[in-house]
Amino acid sequence: MYEGAVQDLIDELGRLPGVGPKSAQRIAFFLLQADLVDATRLAEAITRVKQTVRFCSRCFNIAEAEQCRVCRDPRRDDTVLCVVEEARDVVAIERTREYRGRYHVLGGAISPIDGIGPDELHITELLHRLDREPVEEVIIATNPNVEGEATASFLSRQLDGRAVRVTRLASGLPVGGDLDYADEVTLSRAFVGRQDLRGRGTREVR
Amino acid sequence: MALYREQGIVLRSYKLGETDRIVHLLTQGRGKVRAVAKGVRRPGSRFGGRLEAFSHVDLQLYEGRNLDVIAQAELLAPHAVVREDYARSAAASVMSEVVDAVAQEGERDNALFLLLRAGLQALAAAPADPAVFVDAFLLRVASIVGFHADTDACAVCRRAGPHGFLSVKAGGSLCPGCAPPGTRMVDLEVLEAVRTLAAAGEWAVLPRLARERPLAHATAASYTRAFVEHHLDRRLRSYDVVPRG
Repeated sequence: MYEGAVQDLIDELGRLPGVGPKSAQRIAFFLLQADLVDATRLAEAITRVKQTVRFCSRCFNIAEAEQCRVCRDPRRDDTVLCVVEEARDVVAIERTREYRGRYHVLGGAISPIDGIGPDELHITELLHRLDREPVEEVIIATNPNVEGEATASFLSRQLDGRAVRVTRLASGLPVGGDLDYADEVTLSRAFVGRQDLRGRGTREVR
Repeated sequence: MALYREQGIVLRSYKLGETDRIVHLLTQGRGKVRAVAKGVRRPGSRFGGRLEAFSHVDLQLYEGRNLDVIAQAELLAPHAVVREDYARSAAASVMSEVVDAVAQEGERDNALFLLLRAGLQALAAAPADPAVFVDAFLLRVASIVGFHADTDACAVCRRAGPHGFLSVKAGGSLCPGCAPPGTRMVDLEVLEAVRTLAAAGEWAVLPRLARERPLAHATAASYTRAFVEHHLDRRLRSYDVVPRG
């Protein structure tokens, strides 16, 4: 146990995800020895992020204004909507520079075992957006794991009967991977989603 | 570190660090095993999609101090159709949740393993409404761990039935002499539904029960949930997510 302020700092750092008591102690002593300017900059960054960052009123992405950067951009394609689990998935897709449509962040995925059902996600807001906006295609970009698949299946049911094209991100072999290490599920999906080389990216082989 | 080989069914998994997962498995020979799958969240992982929930896998593991480490995994049955359908995935989640709760580490329980495997196989082959499989699974798990819902005789005095009083606390039907005031009285059709759900081995008849006797099934389902939550002393978090009707 340390005196007052040092122990308080260790306790607060220890509440962060992935930071145990020893790590918390190490970070606290690093900050104690750091310049006041550096420590103040860190403190201000934490305060600023809590004071200014909120969720976009339209897509639930992280935003510093009423709407996020993507929703404010008039050059984005309003007819395509990509549905993702978390705001960090938006960043991952933006890094590809392949996608120019809009996003909708669900705020998680359906996980019955954790008690997270459809009502805990921004699904109703998604349906309201489809009523209001000129969306022609919904791309479901949830993770290809059990929670993401359950969410995709649920969304697909919800969008049944609407005049929108519903697509799911392809899943299959990773670039740079070996075929003989691929598991049966991944490999069979790669076969189902195989593409015609002559019209790559535009035609599916059936 | 000792190396061992086991067949197991993945119950659930948690993220660990940057790329790992802690996987809960029900194995055939060692009961519940908690093991680390290193690098499984990396896109090029050698495990790929083999350790997704509900997969039946053949594993090679190292014994660890707290958690074992998965060295190799081969798919025996992926149950991918269960994962890819919302209703079936939710139903399988209830099965996994209850097995995760009752299975003990280091205690072989072949009956529980075979029941889970059969339950997942039934879901994989099931029509659109899988809720009835969940109800049957819950009563059968309860029966394996020692809480059989008895509808053939009075649960207290053992007088041969059928008896129309159904009690969660007493563990089945009660005769008029043993039923305390306020005990719920049900139709014989409901008792028959509970008996069908709890009967070991029968999966193929279940969709017909839900289709032809929906009211009796609904009452039996609500009894099942109360029965299992009371006797296992645990609230089933995933139960409400399963679509019904």
